[in-house]
Amino acid sequence: MTRRSTTSRIAIAVAAVASLVLTGCGAGSSGSSSHSITVLMVNNPQMLELQKLTAANFTKDTGIKVHFVVKVEQDMRDTASTEFANQSGQYDVATLSNFEIPYYAKAGWISDMESIAKSSSFDQSDILPSMTEALTEGGKVYGEPFYGESSFLMYRKDVFQKLGITVPADPTWDQVAQWAAKADGASPGMKGICLRGLAGWGDNLAPLTTVVNTFGGTWFDDSWKAQVDTDGFKTAANFYVDLLHKHGEAGAATFSFPQCLSALQQGKTAMWYDSTAAAGSLEAADSPVKGKIGYVSAPHDKTAQSGWLYTWAWAIEKASKHQSDAKKFVSWASSKDYEQLVAKDTKNSTGGPTNVPAGKRASTYSDPTYLKVASAFAQPTLNSIKNAPAADPGVQKRPYSGIQFVGIPSFTDFGTSCAKLISSAIAGSQSTDSALGACQKLAQAAGDKQK
Amino acid sequence: MNTSVAEEETRASGPGFDSAPVPHVSKWGRESWSRRAPLLPALVLLILVTQLPFVATLVMSFMSWSAQPDAPPKSFAGVDNYKQVFTTSSYRKAVFTSVEMTVTIVVVSAALGLIIALLLNHKFPGRGVVRTMMIAPFLIVPIAAAVFWGNGVLQTGFGLVDGLLGNLGVDNAQNISFITDHPKLSIELELIWQWTPFMMLILLAGLQSRDPEVMEAATIDGAGGWQTFRYITMPHVRRYLELSIVLGTIFIVQNFDSILGMTGGLNSTNIPYAVYEVFYSAKDYGVASALGVVVVIGSIIVATFGLRVVSSLLSEEEAR
Amino acid sequence: MSSAELTTNVAEASTPRRMQDIPSPSPQSGRRWSTAAIGISAWVIGFVFIVPILYMLLTSLHPPAKAQTYPPSWTAPLTLDNYRALFDSSNSISPSLINSAICSIVSTLLVLALAIPAAYALSIRRVPKWSDAMFFFLSTRMLPPVAGILPIYLFTNKVIHLPDNIFVLIVLYTSMNLPIAVWMMRSFLAEVPTAIIEAAQIDGASTFTILTRIVGPIAIPGVAATSLICFIFAWNEQLFAKVLTSVVAQTGPVYVGTLIQTEHAYLAQLSAGAVLISVPVLVAGFAAQDKLVQGLSLGAVK
Repeated sequence: MTRRSTTSRIAIAVAAVASLVLTGCGAGSSGSSSHSITVLMVNNPQMLELQKLTAANFTKDTGIKVHFVVKVEQDMRDTASTEFANQSGQYDVATLSNFEIPYYAKAGWISDMESIAKSSSFDQSDILPSMTEALTEGGKVYGEPFYGESSFLMYRKDVFQKLGITVPADPTWDQVAQWAAKADGASPGMKGICLRGLAGWGDNLAPLTTVVNTFGGTWFDDSWKAQVDTDGFKTAANFYVDLLHKHGEAGAATFSFPQCLSALQQGKTAMWYDSTAAAGSLEAADSPVKGKIGYVSAPHDKTAQSGWLYTWAWAIEKASKHQSDAKKFVSWASSKDYEQLVAKDTKNSTGGPTNVPAGKRASTYSDPTYLKVASAFAQPTLNSIKNAPAADPGVQKRPYSGIQFVGIPSFTDFGTSCAKLISSAIAGSQSTDSALGACQKLAQAAGDKQK
Repeated sequence: MNTSVAEEETRASGPGFDSAPVPHVSKWGRESWSRRAPLLPALVLLILVTQLPFVATLVMSFMSWSAQPDAPPKSFAGVDNYKQVFTTSSYRKAVFTSVEMTVTIVVVSAALGLIIALLLNHKFPGRGVVRTMMIAPFLIVPIAAAVFWGNGVLQTGFGLVDGLLGNLGVDNAQNISFITDHPKLSIELELIWQWTPFMMLILLAGLQSRDPEVMEAATIDGAGGWQTFRYITMPHVRRYLELSIVLGTIFIVQNFDSILGMTGGLNSTNIPYAVYEVFYSAKDYGVASALGVVVVIGSIIVATFGLRVVSSLLSEEEAR
Repeated sequence: MSSAELTTNVAEASTPRRMQDIPSPSPQSGRRWSTAAIGISAWVIGFVFIVPILYMLLTSLHPPAKAQTYPPSWTAPLTLDNYRALFDSSNSISPSLINSAICSIVSTLLVLALAIPAAYALSIRRVPKWSDAMFFFLSTRMLPPVAGILPIYLFTNKVIHLPDNIFVLIVLYTSMNLPIAVWMMRSFLAEVPTAIIEAAQIDGASTFTILTRIVGPIAIPGVAATSLICFIFAWNEQLFAKVLTSVVAQTGPVYVGTLIQTEHAYLAQLSAGAVLISVPVLVAGFAAQDKLVQGLSLGAVK
């Protein structure tokens, strides 16, 4: 190749790049107005819907421009905790959960939301008490829920009918295991049950810990001694992993909420134990399994209730320079009006009446238009959230709060490591007991620091 | 830290360097400064941006410093962080994973690259098109390649590979899950796919720089394919092979994007990913720094080895 | 390997002294067959390597629901909707592409501005101990960036208070590419015949003339190869961009990472994003294949 032709080729390349950049320029720009806030969110459908509705509603009404940074859950948590620990004011608002909010509040990383809670238009008394309680620290509200969830069991009514199985309103895990065996292969490619296997304390450890609770296990006893390699925990974890090996989805170690949702929608699983928030997508207008799913409370064993309690809530960074704009945004996003807005938005796949960010306000469940579309799951959802055993999740006294998590900061660390160990047991690269043995050591090290 | 490597290398590199025509100048004279001046901006920037942070990392590695909300205040920790680094089995595993993946990827892609370069060194219809096709994987943005391999190629059920196997009639192909069952292999496959073109390009350039007269002579003398390869091609290509292996190793050992994009560290955490996790997820800045320091020391050892090869190339060029 | 050994190798390569051992040539027909075999195997291997990219392109043109099926919906109708959705104003890719372009282009220009004088001082008008400097440059590139990321994060966020700033990325990318650029430019400038420069100087030629007539023609292909490589590496970088930016300075690779969504059918859009951010690199790399080789080998292959 001669030099001249090379040079001309490079010129072509540069021109191509430049034109691409210019096309990009035309399509949009992010100017910074004096009223703008940055929001860090997890990329769940409810948040993506909010992103779509913000400019035409919130920004139009208030003049406050909102920049969204959307990340997958683990990444979002890492970014949020790094950011809040360093208080550099990069984000004004973030989606945090009832796991982080109490101790972020204690650490002085987030602003309280008393002014929102006391405003009559927001109506804090409409927020489900279990939610408000989970987001309160030292008598002050530090987060407002965007949507709340518990966990329940979802199953294919049509498949179960064909198999002649009747599902009671409060099934036990033993029953679930039997049904999984029967339903496995009920149609080509259909597995018995889908459970989260993806490593993450908010992924596989959430359902697993609810199983541990109801099987009589716990992460720590009352004196912070780790109990991971003791009977209750061991039985539960072996049960969970074995159930996945025998009748669970293939490649379970990469499955979390979205993959299981997909599996249930595409007829690849007969049951799914997961968040109540799944129901909206399952009953959406374009869902292939609309009307075919039954919803019953979380399977239990030694305890009466075993569903988890979780909420994605808004928190405002203490170092944010846009406190009042941020509060305006939070009160809008968590309002009744916003729920109405989503219900009316039928042109987006993430909108529409079944995708309302529910599970946080009592009024949602008395709204006739919502009940009309959500009749299949509204009551089981509300019951699960109300009955979630937040105060007493297991059979023994515990030194920590939280149902499906251990409410101490280091849980993100040892929890993630344990989640990986469990995940590799699910993937079959080590035995469940050896995973638990390694996890016990990590948990004990964390427990020792709490004493 | 780095300077010592460089100095040692110079001593080891043989006479090639000394033959450089550097006139004798007084050490601090004006002449010497006017020679040095063009070099300084680049040196200063590199020292500021790459060396200072490592000094900071070194200091932090002796501190107990966590950014968790309930963590005790920063304090001096002595060698506690290093103790933790060396006693934690997941970090040891990360070292093995790094070595295992780097060696596998470099060796396989160099071998494949050599085979493909030998093929492309022949004339056949559409040679230019094949060469262009071969280069393409290297030109896909690494994180884009990783997320697509994770979600589109090797994904259980919906991925290209499961789909193709299903189309070929393999039973239960939708349940083959490469990423969970063989996370390291999955990453290795993706990186071999990306780096074989790199090896191939350098090796092909090497092959094509052979003196055509020698080749012709060999053909006339009746050298068979294997003899030509063994006695003419290989000795000539050897330095290009070494170059591509050294450069490939530099880039592949630092791989982070593939792990983030494909497995999220499941049974495949290498050292860069481990440092990232301790810093970004666990927020133990002390341990993250200690791990960083260990990585730097390891890199220096590997770099010394690699630089030796590069230096021989430099002296070779010098001797020309 | 010592240089002496290398020299022997080269000598060995250029002397066909073992030729008398070699048996008679293979017949012509065999040669034709082998050419066909080589051609076919090359095409097959090339195809295997391009298939994932073709599949990525195909997936990006499929409607989301058809992109994630078993078995793959090979013949689903094609659509540009996924690309359109990437430019949708609520979460458009374009600011990220612009940021990537600015970071890559500006850092490449800075790299050239710093590397060319440095390479000059290491080749044409050499400083003493020039090889030490060379190895210092290269050794900085061998250190894993992840080991320095924590101080850099703390420094930008807590000391200079420039979180989410494109300028920080430009500085980092400049220093990341500088060692490579110095090595490449040096290897090109080392080809400049010093004797001719000296002769020209004696003849009274101006520095300008020397630069444009003697140095320029040799250096310019080097500049092109260096720019290409630096542009590609800066464009591809993800780790620093991910940790140090959020909204304003977000780059293309970070944006693509955010396309993995919890909505069930995200693969089509993810593919579209992956294709879109790879296009500039593909175009530049295809257009300048020989420059790519020169660049990747740090100028050792010319």
